[in-house]
Amino acid sequence: MKTVFKKPHALTDTPFHFCPGCTHGIIHRLVAEVLDELGIEGDTIGVAPVGCAYNNYEYFNCDVQQAAHGRAPAVATGIKRVHPDKFVFTYQGDGDLAAIGTAEIVHAAARGERITTIFVNNAIYGMTSGQMAPTTLVGQVTTTSPSGRDAETQGYPINVCELLATLDGPAYIERVSSDNVKNINAAKRAIKKAFLVQKAGLGFSIVEVLSTCPTNWGLSPLESMKWLEDNMMPRYPLGVFKGKDLNPEVGR
Amino acid sequence: MAERYLMKGNEVIAEAAVRAGCRHYFGYPITPQTEIAHYMAKKMPAIGGVFVQAESEVAAINMVYGAAGAGARVMTSSSSPGISLKQECISYMSCAELPAVIVNIMRCGPGLGGILAAQADYFQAVKGGGHGDYHMVVLAPNSVQELYELTVEAFNIADRYRNIVMILGDGMLGQMMEAVEFFGTENVETTEKPWATTGSKLARERNIITSIDTVPERLEAINNRLQAKYREIKERETRAEAYRCEGADVIITAFGTVSRIVKNVIDDAEKEGIRVGLIRPISLWPFPVDAIRAHIPTPKAFLSVELNAGQMVEDVRLAVNGEKPVHFLGRTGGMAPTQAEIVAKIKEILGGQTS
Repeated sequence: MKTVFKKPHALTDTPFHFCPGCTHGIIHRLVAEVLDELGIEGDTIGVAPVGCAYNNYEYFNCDVQQAAHGRAPAVATGIKRVHPDKFVFTYQGDGDLAAIGTAEIVHAAARGERITTIFVNNAIYGMTSGQMAPTTLVGQVTTTSPSGRDAETQGYPINVCELLATLDGPAYIERVSSDNVKNINAAKRAIKKAFLVQKAGLGFSIVEVLSTCPTNWGLSPLESMKWLEDNMMPRYPLGVFKGKDLNPEVGR
Repeated sequence: MAERYLMKGNEVIAEAAVRAGCRHYFGYPITPQTEIAHYMAKKMPAIGGVFVQAESEVAAINMVYGAAGAGARVMTSSSSPGISLKQECISYMSCAELPAVIVNIMRCGPGLGGILAAQADYFQAVKGGGHGDYHMVVLAPNSVQELYELTVEAFNIADRYRNIVMILGDGMLGQMMEAVEFFGTENVETTEKPWATTGSKLARERNIITSIDTVPERLEAINNRLQAKYREIKERETRAEAYRCEGADVIITAFGTVSRIVKNVIDDAEKEGIRVGLIRPISLWPFPVDAIRAHIPTPKAFLSVELNAGQMVEDVRLAVNGEKPVHFLGRTGGMAPTQAEIVAKIKEILGGQTS
């Protein structure tokens, strides 16, 4: 019988622990498929964050270091400076990357560290049960903004891609989404390009993936996809913010 | 033939690291240790090593985490407030059992304090400034020569036990110039690191560096393993110098720069017919309990002299265990006790009685 679909080699047999409807599983799979297609699983070292993906070393088949909250880009810097010939990536959520780890991501990007960051943005702290994140939309209800995020006292969301695009260090910055098949395919192309940018030594690369949190949004998985499209996409437009014409397979 | 130079303490730490095979240094500027970073910034690129000036002490120690986990001999250095910032990652590294050398050239606190010499980070270093049950090995040199020898040994110990080793000095030691004699490579050990994240090449099981385990039975097993390692370190890596303790009326305990003042005091006191000895802990953790207990029958009392408000004296009291009086003399804020002050304290303790 012809095999038409199988688990990527770069994923272990451990079942995901993610809630129903959460797209972390999809994003893990996309990263693993890219490692398979580029044939780099044995030359890759991942850095796990704090948050819902804290134990992604249970799922990724490559070497992984687990980092303290927000510090993954600094840990990845240490690894890459020891093994410049290896692929090093961080996988971080929006609480981890855009709040407690803001300094680490900005400076890793500014240094142009030859690492790749997969940034999963679901506009909320998932693991700690739905608190306001730096990416929470104005008016969005969370356990720490129970009447909706009030810009007057709680400020405004941070657009990470746009912020990092002001720096010289990043070679490639793109925001994609995990809400439908077309966008998921585009997300995979972006993740692959990010690793190729790293392979070519062009600089820092980051792919922000818009994601859902049905559990803490209080919505069904389907409603969550719709909420992402209606609310997150206007605030976080998809697109390439840096490196649009970059073809990493032939150099900059 | 050994090489002999006149060098500044901080520069010797950096040179010692290089001679120990360290090729990765991550730091952030803070007085009075910044010469270490200056030295590394020049030296590392010239020898194929890596120097990174991080955006913060927090980032620097996390780069150390990554590099140590990737199998490198790696070092960072800072001074008191910067070391406070590193505590989170020190705890993570201790659980993940990542070997590295951290240098703390102490200044005086609390807070931003001042840049002169102090020893007020003793508690933080030996009792665990971060969360959880862990220990760093803490070495306290008292000369530029010892800075060299103990820094090299720090890398050996770190790799031998997969543990952090801290070099605990102060601004006086870091800034002073003294003669130093470098050896060849005979004091440098090399250790295989099959656990490091180097990329599996699909030729082995994947390597994972982590400090989290949410299964209580497994996390207790990790803690038990760490405690067993700490017991082994206590047995094998405890270091102290005992100086003229035989027949002493008073035995002073002092570490680092203060021990040098105390050695002069011993001569001063002898002229006045008072016999004084010194026990100098070289490893602050593990604390040299046996070296102190071996001398309990000798003196009328112990006296701990420190550049703080009374920290190591607690460990001296635990070692003496009430069998002899233990007194304390300390100065803070960058002040150091004079020889005359120490002699006066000894006389006060003896109440005019000498043997």
